[in-house]
Amino acid sequence: MIKVEHLYKDYSESIKVLKDVSFTFEDGKTYAIIGSSGGGKSTFIRCLNMLEVPTGGVIEVDGEIINQGKVNLSKVREKMGMVFQNFNLFDHMDAKKNVAYALMKVKKMSEKEAYEKAIRGLENVGLGHRVDSYPHQLSGGEKQRVAIARALAMEPEVLLCDEPTSALDPEMTTEVLKVLKNLSHTGLTMIVVTHEMNFAKEVADYILYMDKGEIAECSTPEEFFSHAKTERARQFVANML
Amino acid sequence: MTFHFEILGTWGPFILEGLWVVLGLSLVSAFIGVAIGLVCAFLKKKKIIGTFLSFYIDFFRGTPVFVQLYFVYFGLPALMGLAVDKWWVSIIVFGLNSGAYLAEIMRAGIEGIDKGQIEAAKALGVMQKDIIKDIILPQAIRSILPAIINEFIALTKETSVVSVLGINDLMKRYSFVVAKTYSPFEPLLMIMVTYYILNKILSFIGSMIERKLKYD
Repeated sequence: MIKVEHLYKDYSESIKVLKDVSFTFEDGKTYAIIGSSGGGKSTFIRCLNMLEVPTGGVIEVDGEIINQGKVNLSKVREKMGMVFQNFNLFDHMDAKKNVAYALMKVKKMSEKEAYEKAIRGLENVGLGHRVDSYPHQLSGGEKQRVAIARALAMEPEVLLCDEPTSALDPEMTTEVLKVLKNLSHTGLTMIVVTHEMNFAKEVADYILYMDKGEIAECSTPEEFFSHAKTERARQFVANML
Repeated sequence: MTFHFEILGTWGPFILEGLWVVLGLSLVSAFIGVAIGLVCAFLKKKKIIGTFLSFYIDFFRGTPVFVQLYFVYFGLPALMGLAVDKWWVSIIVFGLNSGAYLAEIMRAGIEGIDKGQIEAAKALGVMQKDIIKDIILPQAIRSILPAIINEFIALTKETSVVSVLGINDLMKRYSFVVAKTYSPFEPLLMIMVTYYILNKILSFIGSMIERKLKYD
């Protein structure tokens, strides 16, 4: 469970990206964070594993406060996989090493074990034939699936996805979303920042609508797309359709 | 037009002995240069020391190494009234000079690493020291290797100016030979070919390492 209380993030006096955000993510649910650009979605999700350090407030993961005092961030991050908009694969490692690397370094697996697990993971995202390819030899969709396999190999409790399909063209978007959709039924907690309204509608248990640095609304997809509670969310939906 | 290549039979080995000077001076200077370059690349962002380092880099890149050599060997000692050793002066000047160039090359290499990959590694729980060792350095070295080899090639060539301090390198030996034989063409041709082969070897080693680091 991830519990966020009164979270603030300022870049300067005038640039306040998150303003008093409080929310609790329950285990095993899938959350889609949507909203216009500049609303603080990415900053929010990046605060959850401390890639972005909040200026105020508390983030609690499984009862442990992770943004105050001395915290073993490596341990916390092991529990939270992350998938990025630009894939961020290690360019100098092939697909299987991309997945195996953290298994060896962080989970201290033997090389043999790590590679076996990496190859199984890549097979699970439909890339069994690409294990020896380097990132530059892969298509965008394939890169993102390697990145997903890399995050999942660590067996995280939570998967954070920061606009996982925004850098992909439509057919590749479909293949990546299919993988994410299958994951949502596995008991993994998923938090996905996305502009894919259909994905949000079909896959998410809850939709978080963020606007101007606040969570303006949290609803089920049915509620959100048919009769959102707030005027600005209704406006956003209207503009989308 | 007559060639007198036979004089190389007599004087060739004498000239070639100067190669040890070139190799020794280049190697020691390159070593100092790399050390200085690395330190500068990491410290240049710091406030006070960074300003000082920027000035040093600017200064050594903005003035000819020939003048720097004269300045340290003749200028400074005259002002302070002390004698300096020509070897030490050469090593220090060439070390500082290549350090200034290498600092810029290395800084660019480190800054050029995709921040996203570093974030991805952090998000996986990888420790900072492993990120530097396994993610940043292998990619930085690969991207700056051609520039570093370039700098080493420039360095070996530039060391030829130490002959003006009376150090017995190839060119100093040349002036000795030409005074004896009155034939400048043949020894000069030999020296050119020698430098050329030396740097050919250097760039060959460079491309071998490059190929080893290659993944695309």
